[in-house]
Amino acid sequence: MIWDLHNHINGLPGSTPDEHMENLLRFADRMGIERICVFMGYPFINEPTPEQLRTQNDQVLQALAHWSHRAFGFVYLSPQHLEFSLKEFDRCVRNGPMVGVKLWVAKRASAPELDPIVEAAASMNAVIFQHTWHKTTGNLRGESEPADVATLAGRHPGVPIICGHSGGEWETGIRAIRHLPDVYADVAGGDPTNGFVEMAVRELGAHRVLYGSDSPGRSYASQLAKVMGADISEADRKLILGENLKRMMMPILRRKGIRV
Amino acid sequence: MIDVNVSLGPWPFRRFPGDTPSDLVARLRRRGVTQAWAGSFEGVFHRDTSAANARLAKACETAGSGFLLPFGSVNPAAPGWREDLRRCHETHHMPGIRLHPNYHGYKLSDAAFADLLREARDRKLIVQVALNMEDERSHHPLMRIPALDPAPLPEAVAAASGVKLVVLNRMRAPAGEALEGLARAGVHFDLAMIEGAGCAGSLMSIITSRRLLFGSHAPFQYFEAAVLKLKESAITGKDEENILSGNARRLLGAE
Repeated sequence: MIWDLHNHINGLPGSTPDEHMENLLRFADRMGIERICVFMGYPFINEPTPEQLRTQNDQVLQALAHWSHRAFGFVYLSPQHLEFSLKEFDRCVRNGPMVGVKLWVAKRASAPELDPIVEAAASMNAVIFQHTWHKTTGNLRGESEPADVATLAGRHPGVPIICGHSGGEWETGIRAIRHLPDVYADVAGGDPTNGFVEMAVRELGAHRVLYGSDSPGRSYASQLAKVMGADISEADRKLILGENLKRMMMPILRRKGIRV
Repeated sequence: MIDVNVSLGPWPFRRFPGDTPSDLVARLRRRGVTQAWAGSFEGVFHRDTSAANARLAKACETAGSGFLLPFGSVNPAAPGWREDLRRCHETHHMPGIRLHPNYHGYKLSDAAFADLLREARDRKLIVQVALNMEDERSHHPLMRIPALDPAPLPEAVAAASGVKLVVLNRMRAPAGEALEGLARAGVHFDLAMIEGAGCAGSLMSIITSRRLLFGSHAPFQYFEAAVLKLKESAITGKDEENILSGNARRLLGAE
């Protein structure tokens, strides 16, 4: 069973969200991926306005309308627009079909504006996904480091939070989150550098490591290879490829009556 | 299956699973590889590339059965590079060489690069040019390597007409007309660092399967990535045969 944590509907041919999804799933099908999580519409905007957030979430809702048997949607929120984001959470998650929250690069995760968003998500058992990177070339102004996620998680013990990309430069990222048992490592979106998943399993335990691809910007192939090619046990591989994500999502899926 | 892009020796900033020659060979064999073209990380970083190349040749010989074909490093920005080239060819009997322009500090527009291409062509050596080794966002902070501009490559290839050139670790560039032109000029590209859903099929649609080579960039990268890229793009039949071994055999002159 393969569930892919990290997908977008931006980057493949198509004039509608539905067509983007169809093209994306064509590749996912070839790789044996059963379910994908989708967030953000198009185009990517670093610091979206409330109107742009709503438009992008509507695109994902449109995609889900036809592909809910294959895809889960996460609502795209911005702590730059906290009041709007909490309303958008209600529209898309509390009262809508989405099951998670995506936070990108508008504001660092250590900022206090994140707290009400985390509390809202936790009240619904919604999955919380925070993009992170630790770039040698320098981060964007509001782009989080894994250490920012660690700070946020320290204020919310017991709430699962996903450290997107594990910081990209994963050797630093994994170290930044390893002392926090509720922080999970997403392996998506970087080069398939040998040893990534082995270190994550060694330092975090396989139960805290999640497969994701960041497709279509990244190849399903290169990202699956991190797990398929890792020197880990078959039991750990299954956890990472889908069992961990399923376990994390089951509370909200049950709450919403979504059968898997 | 012929993997045209593996490397021996330790990477300075981390150990990789399978980064000793015996372990790498065992892993490649288990995955169906019958021959691998090996450069060395020492050849990227050491100033004494002559010694690095000698060690590479010895390691490949020790691996046995002609499984590892050594591709020595030559730095045309360094004094005495012609002797390195001669030794690669005449002393170590290598089928080709591997270049790392951005790690060695020269541009593809430099006259020395053009000279090297011509001399390698005259020796009938394959020339591999590694455009990248890793995402620049992940470089060690004490060793940031400037990105290599591939724009001068078409002109350099034209000036060395007939050179057997293989571009390794292409990410996004060259692209468009430059990419098409290079393929028409006989330049080959490997799979190792291309990205995006269906990336192998997308690249093949531009350069054709006759110009695409199976390269993994192991042990730096997980070997499985290159294999799975073929599956993701549903590449089968003659195209798959070209990529997995046919093109590499033709470059070696084995067909």
